[in-house]
Amino acid sequence: MVVGKMKLTSQKRVKLVQGLGLLSWLATLGGAITFTLGCFLKTELRRRGEVMDNTDIHCVPNTLMIVGLASMGINYFAGRICQDALDAGRFPRWKTFLKPFYGCSIFFTTLMLIAVILSYIMKGSLESSLKIGLKNGIRFYKDTDTPGRCFQKQTIERLQMEFQCCGNNDYKDWFEVQWISNRYLDFSSKEVKDRIKSNVDARYLVDGVPFSCCNPRSPRPCIQYKITNNTAHYNYDHQTEELNIFIGGCREALVNYYMGLMNTIGGVVLSVFLIQSSVLASLRLLQTSMEAVAGQENLEIETEGYLLEKGVKETFMEYLDPVLKLMLLNQVTSPEATGTINADS
Amino acid sequence: MAVLKVTFTKTNRDKLAQVLWVLNCVSVVTGVTLFSLGLFLKVEIEKRRELMSKEIDSVPNMLISVGLIACAVNFLGGKICYDCVDTTKFLRWKLLMLPYIICTFFFTFCILVGALMCYSMRNDLEESLFQGLRDAMRYYKDTDMPGRCYIKRTMDMLQMQFQCCGNGGYRDWFHIQWISNRYLDMTNSEVVDRLQSNVEGKYLIDGVPFSCCNIHSSRPCIQHQITNNSANYNYDYQTEELNLNRKGCRHALLDHYTDIMQSIGLIVLTIWLFEVSVLTGVRYLQTAMENVLRFGDPDSESDGWILENSIADTARYNFNIIKNLGKCYQVDDDPNIDVPSTSQQPHENVPAS
Repeated sequence: MVVGKMKLTSQKRVKLVQGLGLLSWLATLGGAITFTLGCFLKTELRRRGEVMDNTDIHCVPNTLMIVGLASMGINYFAGRICQDALDAGRFPRWKTFLKPFYGCSIFFTTLMLIAVILSYIMKGSLESSLKIGLKNGIRFYKDTDTPGRCFQKQTIERLQMEFQCCGNNDYKDWFEVQWISNRYLDFSSKEVKDRIKSNVDARYLVDGVPFSCCNPRSPRPCIQYKITNNTAHYNYDHQTEELNIFIGGCREALVNYYMGLMNTIGGVVLSVFLIQSSVLASLRLLQTSMEAVAGQENLEIETEGYLLEKGVKETFMEYLDPVLKLMLLNQVTSPEATGTINADS
Repeated sequence: MAVLKVTFTKTNRDKLAQVLWVLNCVSVVTGVTLFSLGLFLKVEIEKRRELMSKEIDSVPNMLISVGLIACAVNFLGGKICYDCVDTTKFLRWKLLMLPYIICTFFFTFCILVGALMCYSMRNDLEESLFQGLRDAMRYYKDTDMPGRCYIKRTMDMLQMQFQCCGNGGYRDWFHIQWISNRYLDMTNSEVVDRLQSNVEGKYLIDGVPFSCCNIHSSRPCIQHQITNNSANYNYDYQTEELNLNRKGCRHALLDHYTDIMQSIGLIVLTIWLFEVSVLTGVRYLQTAMENVLRFGDPDSESDGWILENSIADTARYNFNIIKNLGKCYQVDDDPNIDVPSTSQQPHENVPAS
């Protein structure tokens, strides 16, 4: 039950070699691009690493980098094999190399596909990581005098200005947190004392946001304090005023940004995956058709090339057997050894 | 007494021609580089066009045109040098080569001028930015007037991106009304007092827009009542350095553009040196090929030089040519021309009746 059988004349074999040479070059380039994209994604994730709680999402760029490097190696060898394919003298030396080569190639090519799927699956993990990270960032915003937290203010301000967002879910997150440090509160003032007393945890909460939430597109100077108080500002209606501060939350903005990035990268990696698969399939066809030629007197004859000699399942078991044997080796030998000892005694 | 004479064997000439061909191809690439540098500079200036009072387009236009001409000139030069290996093909270009070299010489001079203009652009730019920023700050509040409605956004984005405030410093905001009357409660006595206390009826405050706030400050931004120490707790206006952006936007933008200009100027100078060396090589090749043709033997040795005579002699010779160009239609010393002498009687020329 041969899979992917195809008859190849001598001319077709030559054309296949030429096409494969070009494709393997393209695929090497694709591998380099995949590696670069992985590096770029990792850099982008690290830039905002301070507002992320964990680094689970880094598995996507790490996988891309590994796959990119492996792909460059695989396609380099594919190109070399292809070069030697038509030379009956040089081709046989690749024989023993081919089986593990195919095994590795298929493993890494599948890993490429898995990386693309991962980038969609990890969205939830990214979102929850950002939720916790941003919550902490907002909580420690005022602690510019605490070592380890003194740069939170800067980080959050930069983030809000760059992504044009405010708070975690939205700007109201700032109303629930004391973001003005006690160092800058006049405790002798009646207003401050009242506000602190009216709060259960003795926190100074205001209906105001930091300046980085201000929207430059607003036609009026920014209103960042007493946002919900219509009478505090002239000609101001809190419900209808849309352009004053950024309404959207930073979590959504960041998730959208990273998912957009990963979608684009996913598209590119998918096309590299397709090129890589065609390289491997063509190489297999070439190898099998050349093996049929080997030993024949007339090298110009038409031969048959195929992808798999047996069916998919049987070939898969064939590959898996040596791996399983290697893993079970210790367990197989010890019962035998104890059996012989018992037999002797 | 030639200037910088060098003797070339046949193989030397061929090698020189090949090397010059390659160098001319590289010069086409440098021409493209010049063009793209000019384009980049033009885009950078257009991005901040609203903040400049007049167009600064002389330098980028110069670079763009010089880049395009460089591509054309060096492409032609490459073709000529490629043909110079073969003496018969050289005959095609023989008459064109000297004008080509003279044109290229003036052209490389233009590249040098372009490079020097890059360094001199700063003064023009400073003047333009000073007036442009002053106007932008004045129209900051006019978000309801067509043509000026985006100035607020441009100014805010500029101050945030370059971490600057105002024209020369944050105090510039104290001298203009940047809060529109639409958002001032004219029934409020405090507002009325402030308006009345100003000669021109402008609402001036010691406050700045939010975009002047410094993100490196350890406390929430104080943007209103900046000079009033008692208005804010634990605040000393004189010693507080991190609250607002200290740099003026004019200086920030000037620094930004000066950095770009210095890099571009350096690259253009390097390209100029490269072009001059290529031109020198082409001149040597031209004189060597012409001397070969003069001797008649294509395989012989020949001399190449920059100038045939000394610099003074060549200058005098060329000056005479230019002087005599003007004398085209005047009398000269050719004996074949019939010049009537003053002693002859005029009636001799009257035909016999």
